[in-house]
Amino acid sequence: MDWLQSLGRTGLILFERLGRGHLFLLRVFGGMSDTLLRPSLLIAQMYSIGVLSFTIIAISGLNVGMVLGLQMYNTLVDFGAEDSLGQVVALSLVRELGPVVAALLFAGRAGSALTAEIGLMKATEQLSGMEMMAVDPIKRVVAPRFLAGMLSMPLLAAIFSAVGILGGFFVGVGLLGVDSGAFWSQMQANVDLREDIVNGVIKSFVFGFVATWIAVYEGYDTVPTTEGVSRSTTRTVVHSAFAILALDFVLTALMFGGI
Amino acid sequence: MTASDRPELLVKIRDLHFRFGARVIFDGADIDIQRGKITTIMGPSGTGKTTLLRMIGGQLKPDSGSVLVDGLEVPKLKTDQLFALRKHMGMMFQTGALFTGLTIFENVAYPLREHTRLPEAMIRDLVLIKLQAVGLRGARNLMPAELSGGMARRVALARAVALDPMMIMYDEPFTGQDPITVGVIMQLIRHLNQSLGITSIIVSHDVTEVSAISDYIYMISEGKVVDHGPPAELKKSRSDWVQQFLQALPDGPVPFQYPAPDYRADLLEDGG
Amino acid sequence: MINRRSIEVAVGLFIAAGLAALFMLAMKVSNISAFTEGNGYQLSARFENIGGLKVRSPVTMGGVRIGRVAAIEFDQNAYQAVVTLRINPQYDRIPKDSSASIYTSGLLGEQYVGLEPGADDTYMRDQDSISLTQSALVMERLISKFLFNQTVKENGGS
Repeated sequence: MDWLQSLGRTGLILFERLGRGHLFLLRVFGGMSDTLLRPSLLIAQMYSIGVLSFTIIAISGLNVGMVLGLQMYNTLVDFGAEDSLGQVVALSLVRELGPVVAALLFAGRAGSALTAEIGLMKATEQLSGMEMMAVDPIKRVVAPRFLAGMLSMPLLAAIFSAVGILGGFFVGVGLLGVDSGAFWSQMQANVDLREDIVNGVIKSFVFGFVATWIAVYEGYDTVPTTEGVSRSTTRTVVHSAFAILALDFVLTALMFGGI
Repeated sequence: MTASDRPELLVKIRDLHFRFGARVIFDGADIDIQRGKITTIMGPSGTGKTTLLRMIGGQLKPDSGSVLVDGLEVPKLKTDQLFALRKHMGMMFQTGALFTGLTIFENVAYPLREHTRLPEAMIRDLVLIKLQAVGLRGARNLMPAELSGGMARRVALARAVALDPMMIMYDEPFTGQDPITVGVIMQLIRHLNQSLGITSIIVSHDVTEVSAISDYIYMISEGKVVDHGPPAELKKSRSDWVQQFLQALPDGPVPFQYPAPDYRADLLEDGG
Repeated sequence: MINRRSIEVAVGLFIAAGLAALFMLAMKVSNISAFTEGNGYQLSARFENIGGLKVRSPVTMGGVRIGRVAAIEFDQNAYQAVVTLRINPQYDRIPKDSSASIYTSGLLGEQYVGLEPGADDTYMRDQDSISLTQSALVMERLISKFLFNQTVKENGGS
């Protein structure tokens, strides 16, 4: 009976958190228009969310692209199909690895920072102080961060994919001797703008939305102690990763079919 | 509310009930705060003194009872009405609650920038006047992390009075400060009250400091007002509990021992 | 604190880099022609067997891609596959008597529809159908045909 009870309790807590998260999201949307009227708030957040994540995204993208180029070459060369290297690298990056890996890195770099920042503002009564100054922290603190995260993520994913393809090009064409013309033409013949690129961008947008949502909600809902903040930060990374991977499966099934 | 109600009482709390989960915080408390006076809410830690301030500020809603501020029923206000009321309230948090990402100057300027459309030159003048009043005009370019706890509270005070509120709430203003800082803060509270006529509500358990500057004191314990009156009268209170609190006696109505079974029986239990 | 101007410049650079990356993906990585395909015209062709042909497979003429396969259906009455081809609008002079075949690019490559121009003076228009078709070569059939021919030859020779 005990485990049944604890299962029930866990379920109820989960539903309660989900419900509160959605209500929170509605409030954030309500505060969004205020953010648009004050672009300086948005720019400051684009800096700490987007610009500061740029380095890790670009370096990871380059590495992933180079490894892809190397691995795929070794497989393709067995079939004498190394000319398809560009296609394979580009498709894997644009459809899957770009959005997913960039989103996971985004959750680790920007998401955790967001949770920690908002959580600490709560723990040090800054949010409460803001409320007492008749300023809504949802509008001033949460909404700009949310919007900045949502806008940054597709850009970061695109940078990841583009840099990755250049990395694959460098390894495949520069080091392994694949024909440069074949690399690009095979890629262009088989990567479709709507089917692949636009779907990839949609994916990254959805991931950015969810990861930022989790991050700001965890921060805003944190237990206002040092321990509470550190727990929320961990939760942000773990939950974002779960959400991104689960959503990736759903979106892939919807977009590229096969089920 | 009648017209005669307004000049006398700024805050009028009646039959306040509030629970935090299973814990009862307030169980029928009545509190009046007089306009232009310094009123202190005293009581042991964990009696919900800060909760009271949050209910006056509308951040928490009581389970039942009424909280009237300047004739307005705070728990029933809509968000925009509440925000309009809060512009006339200042609050100094225990930690200062300064925005860590902004300089001292920007912290004090924050409410002005949010709620007024004053030109930059005027904001600068106002901020410098407020900082001068708390003696920190020279520290305007520092970040909050570079300040001591006492200085942070003084900046918080400057920020709380930036919009010239009708009342200020002080949450534990003296806790954990050295004697000089305590003296400075006491002087600032008194000065703001006397020169500007700002109503002050202090939440504290520092008996000496509070007795020195308060006009009126409420003693609360276990969700009820135990006694109230001017400091001099409270010293003569017939309540044992008030005497224990004011004189800092280790034992009395508040027992030294946490509730436990009989000592003798407890010791013998495991041995037998 | 970093000053306001450099933050704005950094954000500007970031957005520019992101947009440049999107632009590169659109222009350099993918075939931008997908944009123009929506407003082409449609032809249909019936095949006995389409092999591995798929929706979006290329349609070529003289080796140049002039369109894509838009839909593939199976006609239960004629027991034939009906393939709808969407041809880019600038290729509007395909003779009426052209023929369509399904080819494979390379040994393991994907399959595509190749059009052979006829000699007619009138041209294909929207919703026209191609009557001359040649089905895909299915490897198993090819091999069995080859083996059959070999046996026939051997038998005839002896």
